Amino acid sequence: VTAQPQGAEDRLRRLTTIWSRAVFPVTSTSLTRAEFEEQLLPLARRLSEALRAGRFDAAEGEAVGAALVEAHCTAPEALSRSLDCLDAYLVLYCGEGGDQEALRARCSRLQHAMAAGFARALRRRTLAEQETIAQAALRAQGVVAQALHASEARFRAVFEGAAIGIGIADLEGNVLQYNGALLRMFGSEQNLRGRNVREWAHPEDAPHIWRLYEELVRGERDHYRVEKAFSRPDGTVLWTNLTVSLLRDADGTPQYQLALMEDTTERRLLHLRLRYEATHDALTGLPNRTLFFERLDKALNAGEGHRFGLCYLDLDGFKTINDSLGHAAGDRLLVEVADRLQSCMTAPGEMVARLGGDEFVALTTAADSRRQVEDLALRIMNALGTPIRIDGRELTVRGSIGVVEGAVGERSAAEVLRSADITMYRAKSAGGNRFERADPEADARVITRHGLTTALPAALDRGEFFIEYQPLVHLGDGSVRGAEALVRWLHPQHGVLGPDRFIPLAEHTGLIVPLGRWVLEQSVRQAREWRERHGGDTAAPLRINVNLSPCQLRHPGLVQDTVEILEHEGVAPDALCLEVTESALIGAEDEVLEPLHRLAEMGVDIALDDFGTGYSNLANLRRLPVSALKLDRSFTQSMQRFPADPVDLKIVEGIVALAHSLDLAVTVEGVETGAQAEQLRILGCDTAQGWYYARPGPPERLHELALADATG
Amino acid sequence: MERPPWAPRSIDISVPSVARIYDYYLGGSHNFEVDRQAARRAMEFLPGLPKIMQANRAFMRRAVRFALAEGITQFLDIGSGIPTFGNVHEVAQGASPGSRVVYVDHDPVAVTHSQAVLARNEDADVVAADLRKPREILASPQVQRLLDLNRPVALLLVAILHFVDDSDDPQGAVAELRDALAPGSLLILTHASYEGIPLPQERRLGAVDVYHDIRNPLIMRTREEIARFFEGYDMVEPGLVPMALWRPETAPEDEDPYALAGFAGVGRLGADRAKADRHHAAGAAGTQVPCTRRNGRGA
Repeated sequence: VTAQPQGAEDRLRRLTTIWSRAVFPVTSTSLTRAEFEEQLLPLARRLSEALRAGRFDAAEGEAVGAALVEAHCTAPEALSRSLDCLDAYLVLYCGEGGDQEALRARCSRLQHAMAAGFARALRRRTLAEQETIAQAALRAQGVVAQALHASEARFRAVFEGAAIGIGIADLEGNVLQYNGALLRMFGSEQNLRGRNVREWAHPEDAPHIWRLYEELVRGERDHYRVEKAFSRPDGTVLWTNLTVSLLRDADGTPQYQLALMEDTTERRLLHLRLRYEATHDALTGLPNRTLFFERLDKALNAGEGHRFGLCYLDLDGFKTINDSLGHAAGDRLLVEVADRLQSCMTAPGEMVARLGGDEFVALTTAADSRRQVEDLALRIMNALGTPIRIDGRELTVRGSIGVVEGAVGERSAAEVLRSADITMYRAKSAGGNRFERADPEADARVITRHGLTTALPAALDRGEFFIEYQPLVHLGDGSVRGAEALVRWLHPQHGVLGPDRFIPLAEHTGLIVPLGRWVLEQSVRQAREWRERHGGDTAAPLRINVNLSPCQLRHPGLVQDTVEILEHEGVAPDALCLEVTESALIGAEDEVLEPLHRLAEMGVDIALDDFGTGYSNLANLRRLPVSALKLDRSFTQSMQRFPADPVDLKIVEGIVALAHSLDLAVTVEGVETGAQAEQLRILGCDTAQGWYYARPGPPERLHELALADATG
Repeated sequence: MERPPWAPRSIDISVPSVARIYDYYLGGSHNFEVDRQAARRAMEFLPGLPKIMQANRAFMRRAVRFALAEGITQFLDIGSGIPTFGNVHEVAQGASPGSRVVYVDHDPVAVTHSQAVLARNEDADVVAADLRKPREILASPQVQRLLDLNRPVALLLVAILHFVDDSDDPQGAVAELRDALAPGSLLILTHASYEGIPLPQERRLGAVDVYHDIRNPLIMRTREEIARFFEGYDMVEPGLVPMALWRPETAPEDEDPYALAGFAGVGRLGADRAKADRHHAAGAAGTQVPCTRRNGRGA
């Protein structure tokens, strides 16, 4: 009895082993066969018990079929092999002692139920898994879609909110999408919706714009950037900085074109306005100096064979009008002049600009500029000929014009304008209301003059000046009585320059004051040296004559400077003679004469230089503190001929007589011959100087002359 | 909101996925008709493919048990695919409750499916990442949360490396993962190979072409090439062998001939080696593993 169940268990094991061997090769389980057999054992037991149960229940077979699916025996072969196995061995191993016929019937019904249970479970599992994977796919797509949505929402916000205009078109140019900024730029949808990019051609388009476009849509170029104009429906023009990019798909095939536009209309207008303001004169509306120089530069760089002509106009007496009628009237006058000048610009290539104040300049680049520019100058003179009516007054406006004409490429714009300026001043100094043609020599003189003027101050500091002395000889006995100090400039480039070349410049700049003081110092020092050499000679001491310019005469420090210099060198005042030109003293006020009076009272001699050249007011001589007259060389020149002009002789004789009657000594200049000297001596002149005696020279020369004179 | 015409396409389930094909081979229904078509085409050339998959699963099961016997309770399974049955967490947590498992796959469907399966599992999670970017895997919140990299980890690269072309530097990726692991960690690896497949060459090539067609080229490697992935590891007995021969538990007569295809092996990271390589890796930290779009696990 006890062996019975053990034997049944053993048989159940054997059935399970056979079953697992049959099914294992067609399962998908990752278990070993032994493990798999352990999974089948309870299933075999259930079937065994169902087979022998008091009350048969086929549902047990269904449960076992479902359990097979649970154990991953999902292949159809797993079922058929299971059924084959159970059909053959279930009754054999588990139906011992029962009604074989009934057991076989039960076994059959269990198999049917197992098949149904397997099919139902497999179907349920398949559907569940399909559902699971579909859900997973949906969720995965949801995740991607969500990410895409978020990214799209961000891009959409950028697209819609961008201040820059964005548009997308296909490769045929059909506009597909555009953002609000682009719509605002274009003003209305009619120019955007359903339109083609090619319809946006504009007359201002640079030729390369559409070439770049074609290259892009053909896929030969990935982007380009241009400045482009668009016509708005209201007729206005939209200017943009346009960037177009090619959009390709994942395989690199061109798909769309993306346009980014920045509205530059305002900026462009502002730029144009600023440019206009920067290049035009606010008062007259004419081009200004900047624009003029741009045009002149362009004209001068036009290349070989081109010529240019230029009229530089300065109104005569404009300052007077401004001062007497006020600036408002002056401005209206300038506006009228500008209008008239503008009307003179009749030929192509002519322009007129206002350089500032009452200075205007007209430029012509016509082929025949030589004739053209004089025509232009005449037209301008004519245009100014008609009086201008301002505040009920008829004003006659005159102008001086400097005309420059020439081949381009030879001079810079600045050089051309300087020549024109110089020439205009020549016209002005010739009386105005005329035009003058530029002359290189005249230009050079002015330019040198200018150069000397600017070099003067440094020249004094660098000690470029020196003094030459020309002896003054007593006509009675031929002895050397003194010398005139004559200043020279040893210019580094121009060599030795005489006082006529730079004294007027020094007068003009005021440098004459320090220069004059330097000359006085040097001369007085020289006088002291001479005096020391001659010691207490019985002959009259050598005197030094120094020229005094009108500017020095009015300088408040004149008397004090002179006194200091004399005292410093220990030279007596009577050793110094200051020469003042007649023109500087004639008609001079008393306060100008005052310093001379004081110097004369101290014992300094005052000589009236160049006497006879000006409007000699003989009556005036009485009130001047002079002690000598220096007759101008024009009187002595006529005496070089023989016989001398008797009228000249009479005049000189008269002057000498007059001078002597006023107790004035007479010195003559420019004595070049012995006959001259003899004649002048006979006429009663006191002293003389000139080449006949000695040319101006270094102080040592004078010393030699004086010694020779003393010993002779 | 209307979808702009230039926006990129979303994920495409009309393209077969190696993860779902794998599931089909294992008798599952977590797959779509496109997957089944591709799977059947490959089987025309290699009828034993399901058995190869099964052998992979069986090896993985044995290897996980081996790891547990070594005292390792942390698992990083890269290329985990669709979790059907006999997964790492089932095996590991069944034998050692509390074992930590992190799955990694870059098939978005496989990842969402895994998320559903693991929803109530505190000790397991899934990362959507790519083997070719090991740093992203190691830096993921899931790895940071579940794995303690200062203690040994079992790294599973089962049936994944044969989908990574040499131009994507699989060697570098494997090395970078190795350098992040503590001594005593295990590398559990299987790899497809022509060696051991009981078929003529042209039929084997046909199966390879199928995978090439679904943009997941199958890179067959020799045993020697596969052994190189274990650089820095000491091979555990019996070394790199046909899958069915790695510590078999099933009688040889029960094994299908296809179970002998491909190679399987387990390596153990030695203390000295790990230290030396960690040092070495610091110097080469700038190396980046290139990435292209591919799906998860297959044959």
